[in-house]
Amino acid sequence: MRFFLELRKLIFLALFIYLIIKLVIFSGLPTDYMIQITLYSFIIVLSSLGLNVIYGFTGQFSLGHAAFYGIGAYTSAYLSKVLEIESYYGLIPVIFLAGIFTAFIAYIIGGPILRLKDDFLAIATLGFGILVRVILDNSDRISEVLGGSRGFVGINKITNLELSFFITVFFIIITKNLIDSRFGLFWRAIKNDELAASSIGVNTFIAKLIAFIYGCFLAGIAGGLYAHLYTFLHPSNFDILKSIDFLIIVIIGGMGSISGTIIAGLFWVFFIEGLRIILPSEILEYRWVLIPIILILIMMIRPYGLMVKKEGY
Amino acid sequence: MEILIYLTQQFINGIQLGAVYALIALGYTMVYGVLRMINFAHGDIFMLGAFISYYGITKFNLPFPILILSTSLLTAVIAILIEKIAYKPLRNAPKISLLITAVGVSLFLEYTLSLNAFFTPNYIGFPRPFEIRSYDIGMFSINNIHLIIFSVTIISLALLYLLIYKSKYGIAMRAASHDLEITRLMGIRTDNIISFTFGIGGALAGIGGLLYSMAYPQINVFMGIMPGIKSFIAAVLGGIGIIHGAVLGGFIIGISEVFVSAFLSSTYRDGVIFIILFIFLLFRPNGIFGKNIEKV
Repeated sequence: MRFFLELRKLIFLALFIYLIIKLVIFSGLPTDYMIQITLYSFIIVLSSLGLNVIYGFTGQFSLGHAAFYGIGAYTSAYLSKVLEIESYYGLIPVIFLAGIFTAFIAYIIGGPILRLKDDFLAIATLGFGILVRVILDNSDRISEVLGGSRGFVGINKITNLELSFFITVFFIIITKNLIDSRFGLFWRAIKNDELAASSIGVNTFIAKLIAFIYGCFLAGIAGGLYAHLYTFLHPSNFDILKSIDFLIIVIIGGMGSISGTIIAGLFWVFFIEGLRIILPSEILEYRWVLIPIILILIMMIRPYGLMVKKEGY
Repeated sequence: MEILIYLTQQFINGIQLGAVYALIALGYTMVYGVLRMINFAHGDIFMLGAFISYYGITKFNLPFPILILSTSLLTAVIAILIEKIAYKPLRNAPKISLLITAVGVSLFLEYTLSLNAFFTPNYIGFPRPFEIRSYDIGMFSINNIHLIIFSVTIISLALLYLLIYKSKYGIAMRAASHDLEITRLMGIRTDNIISFTFGIGGALAGIGGLLYSMAYPQINVFMGIMPGIKSFIAAVLGGIGIIHGAVLGGFIIGISEVFVSAFLSSTYRDGVIFIILFIFLLFRPNGIFGKNIEKV
């Protein structure tokens, strides 16, 4: 019963926020660019949530998250181009299929690389990210539509407020319930001590693999939404720096904190994109000087993230 | 016969690139040996080496031996400073925090130096300190840049060998890479040893930066990312923490990169390097020479 009450509260909150955003957009005050970055911020939150499941909850460090985001984006864009989809009823199954495909790739590469730990896992995922970048750069040899290093052009602009907002909310609720489930318990146990978890009978490899697949699935969904929001994809949008973006969001929000990831994701998009409206470009250059310093300071003062006091959930 | 000459020519180019990778990989492997951390900012030390020598040539017109010495000295000092400021406070923190800090340092160096106030993000042509002169030996040709890179690398490696295997600091460093805690118990100042390790690694990376930009004369603040990652892969390939492994790994990576560019396509070369890495991580995670290191 409590579960349904909490769920109802969340759904009401989401509807309330949706109505406010809709009203603000309806009033005609925000420009197209502002609406676009608002939608974009939901997509970033969704993808970062995926990384938080992998890294924050399960403790498996990944530097290749943007590669999965990119796989989702390219797959969904390719599907919608080939199937000539123009309405958002058609887009939902396409994005879902792209997510499934991303999850499948994650299953194939997760099997071998999740046997590695810490920094070696980081290097392996980083390597996967660069591999995907190389494949995307040469993708016009596979199919002319994908565009290779010239970029994928001419995707229909379908993603709207309802789609990005409600898909994100839906997966936030799913993720929250997964974290509270048996699997979530396994994940948190693995993060705290993998050896101890396996000694009490948790199949740590399977649990890690499921976390990885689920996290990458979310990245794939987010990528699908992104592709149909910006209508142009380029391999350089999905390189190491993008993965580091997601990582910074998870760290600022706090490892293993869903609300932290949401706040940090929204804040991040505002910081990177939103400040363009307010500040001139000479000052904007200094963002990337400031961000690493903040990152280093967080690691020194609060190694488990800005918004959680202690490690764990 | 034609193909044989072409192969030899590419092999020489591969050794040239491999020598640079070997110099960078040594820094990774020594730091990993002592601290068990991946120093992500090491590729940026390499980049700083290139920029420092750029200024050494254009502003001060230094003769080549002094250029090498001053570049390596400065990069060593920078590497030690980075260690003291960013990594030292995290000595007892989880491994991943150290890795993230290293990523932060790397981003900080890249983006700060790419500001318009500093070097700007554009490519800058690197003035070679020598005129290129080609020598025909039999069927293939070799130029003086090749020869300088080979000789500087050999001299650096010889000095490094003397330092690590003959000097007191080197003995302490090898002891620290076996067990940092026990080394401290033996009355050795491990903090100094760690700084020393970073300094040596930084100096080698600085020399690498100078040599690399002589061979590929275009420099940019982001030039250190890919060579840095590839050199780390070289270190993993040879067995991380093992000095001669890093050198061998560097040459393997350099030669295979050149051969992939020559026979397949230069767009595939990064991909092939990472496929090599995956194969090694899966089937021989301790590398070629690795034996009893803690398994990944």
